[in-house]
Amino acid sequence: MIALLLRDLRLATRAGGGFGLGLVFFLIVVVLVPFGVGPETAILSKIASGILWVAALLAALLSLDRIFALDFEDGALTLIATAPIPLEAVGLAKATAHWLTTGLPLTIAAPVLGVLLQLPANGYSFVALTLLLGTPALSMIGTFGAALTVGIRRGGLLLSLLVLPLYIPTLIFGAEAARRGTAGLDATTPLLMLAGITAGSIALLPFATAAVLRINLR
Amino acid sequence: MLKVRDIAVERSGVPVLSGVSFDLAAGHALILRGPNGIGKTTLLRTLAGLQEPTNGTCEFPVDQAAYASHADGIKTALTVRENLSFWADVYGNTVPDVIWDWFDLGDLRDRFAGTLSAGQKRRVGLARLGVISRKVLFLDEPTVSLDGFSVKLFSSFMRDHHLAHGGVAVIATHIDLGLGEAQTLDLTPFAAQDDGPSDSDEAFL
Repeated sequence: MIALLLRDLRLATRAGGGFGLGLVFFLIVVVLVPFGVGPETAILSKIASGILWVAALLAALLSLDRIFALDFEDGALTLIATAPIPLEAVGLAKATAHWLTTGLPLTIAAPVLGVLLQLPANGYSFVALTLLLGTPALSMIGTFGAALTVGIRRGGLLLSLLVLPLYIPTLIFGAEAARRGTAGLDATTPLLMLAGITAGSIALLPFATAAVLRINLR
Repeated sequence: MLKVRDIAVERSGVPVLSGVSFDLAAGHALILRGPNGIGKTTLLRTLAGLQEPTNGTCEFPVDQAAYASHADGIKTALTVRENLSFWADVYGNTVPDVIWDWFDLGDLRDRFAGTLSAGQKRRVGLARLGVISRKVLFLDEPTVSLDGFSVKLFSSFMRDHHLAHGGVAVIATHIDLGLGEAQTLDLTPFAAQDDGPSDSDEAFL
């Protein structure tokens, strides 16, 4: 499992690996929002935490179809499936690699980009905290979606359509916790719910991912 | 070491082979023959555990089995050495130094796999078998895009380093590998009866 994780991280940083694509997409979306909404700081600071969350979610979505599709195309996935490594661990390793190359950089970049959106001063820590808690769920749910669509040609759009509804609970509680924290209100309940969603995803979805992979590789 | 009894397999719900039985003792290889589409790949995938047989049983030490498909699973953005060490790690081995000689990869070991020719990639894919050192191999067209010299390298690897150490192999191939003692199994007689429209008349009679 560690070997697979290291390989995926190495592949992500090599040419054509797509590392940083999500981050640049995140940057562009956040830069575009003030153009669309207008430069009034009052409106921007009010919606900043929500925009950061939606943009992070879309950026995470962007790189999902690479998780299994590349390994499926060159036959590596079949060989990994017959190797002495359980498919549940494969799912978990893939999701971890996706989080380390997408979710973690987004979490680190979000407070920096908050400056562009007039994020209030006490919002920085909450945006970073909620993304840190929520992005692992985005990666794990996305890995499950990627496993569902593996083997389908041009499955990227279908993958987005399948995964976006599954992202809704994470987005609701993540953005709500960030909004309440930014506004100076008590954010404990949405934070706990967000942590629960992430913990539940990591506990259950590797098994669902493995089951779906088994069917798709048959 | 490998015992297959009356196995039946299907591809996307269509039965392709039925009643296939064979035994392989340690140190022996079985060559699968038959025209395209007869079900060689499906049989190998079933034996490798990627799909369930619809009937019959196969017995072999599952923790000693490995499968090699048409595709090599070589990552083009990694070097040859990185590719092989990944598989070594997954199987809990290290890359033996002799592997470079066995498959004539010495000059290529630090090249990116994306810069290799099809035949060279194939050699890397076959070198994986030497790295993971499993006793029961299921090989699907291992010699595709290899030149004569590379086929000889592969044959001598199979003979001297795999079969000679008590391994077994089931190989689907169309060429003569030069494994003298290998048994041959022609799958043509085992083609599953097509229960499709051709039999529908009988239902009315």
